[in-house]
Amino acid sequence: MAALCEAFTLCGLGPTGGVGLGSGLLALEPGADPDHVLLTDRGRTATLFKVSDQKPLGCWSVKHGQIITCPVVCNFETHEYIAVHDNKVLRIWKDKDVNLDKVFKATLSAEVYRIHSLPHAEPLVLFRGGGVRTLDVLLEAPQQEIENVISDELKTIFFLSLCKYKLEQQELSNPLCFTAYIKKQIITLLCLYSSNSVYKVLIPLQQNSEEEEQTLSKSLLLNLSISGSVLKGTSFVVLDKDHVAVLGSLAASECLTIWNTKFQTLQASKELPLGTSGQLWCYGEKFFFTHGKVLTVVIYKCETSSLAAAVGKLKDSQTSDLSSFVNWNTLGDEELLVSCQSQQSVALKSESKMMVILKPMPCTSELHGISHFQDASTAAVEDELRQLLSKAQRPDFQAAIGCVISALINRCKADPMFYPRNFLVQMIQKRELSYSLCPDLMAVALEKKDVHLLQICLQRFPDIPEEITYACLKVFLSISDDYLERTDVDLESVISYIDIEPNNKEVKTEVVENGFSTELEEDGCDVTGMKETHMMDSVEFCPVGPQKAALLNAVLHSAYSETFLLPHLKDLPAQQAVLFLRYLHYLYVKCSEKINTTLPGVLSPTISQIMDWMCLLLDAHFTVMVMLPEAKRLLSSMHKFVRAQVRFYSELNKIEGSLQELQRIKCQKDSQAYSIEVLELI
Amino acid sequence: MGEFEVHRVRFFGLVPAGVRCMAYQHRGCRLALARTDGAVEVYNFAANYFMEKAIPGHQARSVEALCWAAGERLFGAGLSGDITEYDLERLRPARTVDGFGGPIWSMAANNDGTRLAIGCEDGSVKLFQVVPGGVQFEKNLDRQKGRVLCLSWHPSGTHLAAGSINFIRVLDVRSGNELPQRGSKKRECVVWSIAFLSSGTVISSDSFGRVQFWDWERGTLQDSHTVSTSAVLSLAVSEEEDSIVVGTSAGATYQFQLLPVKAGGQEKRWVRTKPFQHHTHDVRAVVHTPTALISGGLDAQLVIRPLMEKVQKKGYDAVLRKFTFPHRRLVSCARKARLLLFQFSQHLELWRLGSTNKTGTPHSAPPHLQGPEHIYCSCVSPCGSWIAYSTASRFHLYRVQHEGDSISVKKVPGVPKLLLPAYQLQCASDSGRLFVASDRGSVHVVQLLEPGGCKHLHTICVWCCSGTREAVYLLASSADGNWLAAVSGDWEVHIYSLKHFKHHCTVPTYSCAVTALAIHPATNNLFISYSDQQLFEFSIPEKQYTAWSRMVQNSGLHKLWLERDSPITHIAFNPKNTSQILLHDVYMLCVLDKSLPLPDNNTLLVNQSTLKQLSEPARRRQLHAFKICKKFQPLLFADLLDERCLVTVERPAVDISAELPPPVQQKKFGT
Repeated sequence: MAALCEAFTLCGLGPTGGVGLGSGLLALEPGADPDHVLLTDRGRTATLFKVSDQKPLGCWSVKHGQIITCPVVCNFETHEYIAVHDNKVLRIWKDKDVNLDKVFKATLSAEVYRIHSLPHAEPLVLFRGGGVRTLDVLLEAPQQEIENVISDELKTIFFLSLCKYKLEQQELSNPLCFTAYIKKQIITLLCLYSSNSVYKVLIPLQQNSEEEEQTLSKSLLLNLSISGSVLKGTSFVVLDKDHVAVLGSLAASECLTIWNTKFQTLQASKELPLGTSGQLWCYGEKFFFTHGKVLTVVIYKCETSSLAAAVGKLKDSQTSDLSSFVNWNTLGDEELLVSCQSQQSVALKSESKMMVILKPMPCTSELHGISHFQDASTAAVEDELRQLLSKAQRPDFQAAIGCVISALINRCKADPMFYPRNFLVQMIQKRELSYSLCPDLMAVALEKKDVHLLQICLQRFPDIPEEITYACLKVFLSISDDYLERTDVDLESVISYIDIEPNNKEVKTEVVENGFSTELEEDGCDVTGMKETHMMDSVEFCPVGPQKAALLNAVLHSAYSETFLLPHLKDLPAQQAVLFLRYLHYLYVKCSEKINTTLPGVLSPTISQIMDWMCLLLDAHFTVMVMLPEAKRLLSSMHKFVRAQVRFYSELNKIEGSLQELQRIKCQKDSQAYSIEVLELI
Repeated sequence: MGEFEVHRVRFFGLVPAGVRCMAYQHRGCRLALARTDGAVEVYNFAANYFMEKAIPGHQARSVEALCWAAGERLFGAGLSGDITEYDLERLRPARTVDGFGGPIWSMAANNDGTRLAIGCEDGSVKLFQVVPGGVQFEKNLDRQKGRVLCLSWHPSGTHLAAGSINFIRVLDVRSGNELPQRGSKKRECVVWSIAFLSSGTVISSDSFGRVQFWDWERGTLQDSHTVSTSAVLSLAVSEEEDSIVVGTSAGATYQFQLLPVKAGGQEKRWVRTKPFQHHTHDVRAVVHTPTALISGGLDAQLVIRPLMEKVQKKGYDAVLRKFTFPHRRLVSCARKARLLLFQFSQHLELWRLGSTNKTGTPHSAPPHLQGPEHIYCSCVSPCGSWIAYSTASRFHLYRVQHEGDSISVKKVPGVPKLLLPAYQLQCASDSGRLFVASDRGSVHVVQLLEPGGCKHLHTICVWCCSGTREAVYLLASSADGNWLAAVSGDWEVHIYSLKHFKHHCTVPTYSCAVTALAIHPATNNLFISYSDQQLFEFSIPEKQYTAWSRMVQNSGLHKLWLERDSPITHIAFNPKNTSQILLHDVYMLCVLDKSLPLPDNNTLLVNQSTLKQLSEPARRRQLHAFKICKKFQPLLFADLLDERCLVTVERPAVDISAELPPPVQQKKFGT
């Protein structure tokens, strides 16, 4: 996460400031020491500053009438300073020299444009005509002929390798500022255009055809727009592979901004109300620019962004970053977004592009009538979002998703026609979301009776409030099976034990293993034998359709606290309560059929979940159940079943010793040295 | 899929040797471990704790101490009195230097790895300089009575702490003088292990079960903790020197931490924080890595216990790991003859499997192959009539004759003189050729001649094409005899054409160790399993990954599959069904059916018991490619004899502990 830190004044530039004599700054170059900078003004003077002490170390000026035409640079190898005055006169001196008239002088044959000095390399002299010489070559014969390679009409760029390229012409905009760096044999040229965007041009370093003029294509790297308004950049520098700093004017005032090119986001900005000269330099994690009448230094930090850093999980992260982030509830709020932007909140900026898509939800009322257009826009939004999300994983992705979904839901609420269902389903299935990350999502889904979405939410979210769980249950129980048959519900939790083919109600072939059989029931104290068998039939078959069963399973699966759920559960209509209880009874019987008392399949409810819900439902509706005639049979059947189970387990307890002995014998058998067995793999 | 007849073998009497000492190399994340039989193993923690290298032992070579020095060089010293440097490329002792002080009990390298100090039986501490190409004697420090059992350098390298019976001495390295010595003289107290902290604190652990903290300048006792009624045998300090781990002879390990007495206060004390009981026997070696405590015991277990407060995220490293068995295949199987060859450290056993229609017991015919050198590798040919094995200096080939139930073993004369040792042996499926993996990535091809001869045919050399210096450690040959795949220690998989004895191609480099590979008999696809549990299928004729392999990489393997403990050590194929592959590790056996869909993270991976409960249509919906059976544990070997017949070799933990000496008696509550 990039941030701008403190700022201080290096020196005044006004007539009273002593430097520059009001004629402004020509350029700033790094000095021999990392802490030194060389300041050249548009007049006669060059000054060496020690930045941390904010004081000048030396000052040299040329004679009256002469003028320095090219920024003074330092030769890092020899610690000498090189200047050009009056376009053609080259001067080289050292720290201890005082008078520039007495130092080395060479008069050249052509006008010098710039001198470039790099560590571990001989300085390069760039002539106005485009010719390039290294300093040592030049000094051997100062009067040598310099070729003219630039023609004025073309926007051409020269590189030190002396290759000539032509840039794609751009209509209506001109390049304002260039910068380049070399990485892996490829020159990356970044170019700020007057159309307020930064373009990237890749130039391979192979010198294949020097004569031909190649046209380079460029790609858009960064669009300098902040939620609609445009930053008019004047100059920029590259900070690292993902960050650039741009100096420019936003609306009325000028400001210094740091952008993340990977995420296309604004990372930090600083307003400069006193105006600048439009020049920006950056040496050793410090920005230099003129602000009003002083040369200002701003220290910056530029680190890789991550959510871990934001929420404090990353070690050595600064706690001061925290405050701007964590209020998830406000993330979707557009007003706040704007205010945050002005506060240079760094986190929200990273989502600005997504917000841009979601924000232009122009006057929804206008779109009301035109339904097909509305559909198209839903699809368009989904498409756009999908593309955005398919991009590389980012550390703060989770927050971004929450933000996007909240914004989507807000629009759903405002505009009943808008409902990007597929996208939401996909999001919940793929990402680790939670209820608290997008609180209104389930409310909207409930309103729309989107049972599939609710089912996924119940299965995935760990933190659904009991009120919502209850609301889901009520909706699920109230929807008719016929309607559900036509909806797309995930049946995975039921297919293993409910036959989903509607007409295929064949006789159950599974063996009742766990001690429950009708014979056992018969010897109970019942009197109405006929009724009993009728009841058993109803237990054999699922009282609800498979879709509804799958939805109810999702409810059973979700976490809850009894205290909070019970008051809501009391509101469940009696008919629905009985239906639910019947289903639970069916599940319980199903469970007990197997030795291990578990239902097969994925995400199917466990026996303790079934029992807990049963008890809860009976607690909530005790009086009603006792009164309802249709509940009576159910209750008595359940009672009998439980009694049979209790009896069965007490019998098992009696023979526990024998069973353990059997187990022991089985273990002994295992320890044989060699056996031939049969293994079944399915 | 159907039923298998399983030959369940539990008579492989392997007893892994106990762990004697360990050394951890922080930079390379590698752990060197020496066993009581002199074998040295190197575990690569970055490759999911895979046992990357194994140097078999020698009867005369015991290892009492291991040190990493001068970067990645590994030194060992033992009771033979020699300092041995190990060649980790050719997997054998490279050179030895006599310490001239009798048996060496301890060795320590200084912080920058330039000097080794050894503690000898005669009470002397000798310094050796680590020079290119070996070690050089530098000087003797003052001699005292009593063997020097443990040594520790001061992090600055100026002083050495040495522990012996009843004494702890601090020696000045430059002058060789001795500083005041400390110790009790009432009863004989053996100082088993010692550590010298940069603060000047000397930590010792002794046979009275105490961990003591001394001030070395004054020679005073600062603190003493009694952790056990039995001896505290080993001790290790974390790099930050704020935590130590000790191991006792009762099998317990304890962590001590330097904690402030009051929250936020300056004064700190050593506090015993966490006890662990992972071993049944002596914990002879402990190591403290930045994120885990590692202990090795005489019960042959290597236990890696992560420190949860140091682990940032839940993942492979955050789980307790236990290794008992080597990550190598010690069993080879003659499918046609139904024979099993078991490799022990110093002998081989050949067993015949019984059958159900005949009453018969398995037969064994252990060839007498006793010698001082331990076996590197062994193999039995598919027809069962050839047995080959290699030690560090000799390669042996035997012809086995079956007459009814009796077996006669005859040595094949005139075995070609090959570059030894061989690291892996593999017989071609027609039993006509033997492939011998050698160092510098070369493979020798030996032709087996009836009725009992052999001829060196060719040597294939990876070194010529890739420049690797590492030894080949895994081989796989194709059923049609055309292809051979070889994996060298730098994890490159090279494929050769055996028709032309030419390099065919290299499998794209993957940054993890290969644990097993095999070539499918019908399709000539090379199936590779890596130590990070990834599976790849590479088509040799097409020189590229197969569509199935790409599909697996795209959809990813199941989370639980990737989090498994132990690497896959053997791959076999169903001869009748080309889509079925048999894989196994120590805890499970898996039949991978490529024709079925892969499971995603939401489905149950081990679903056999669930499937058994389902009705046929429901079953069909739930089927996925991994059919895992965990019935056989710990599983050392599994192979498909034919389409419907499996053989599994188990080594139950109970059987191993029955062969170990009884552990220290401990009073258990209520007994």
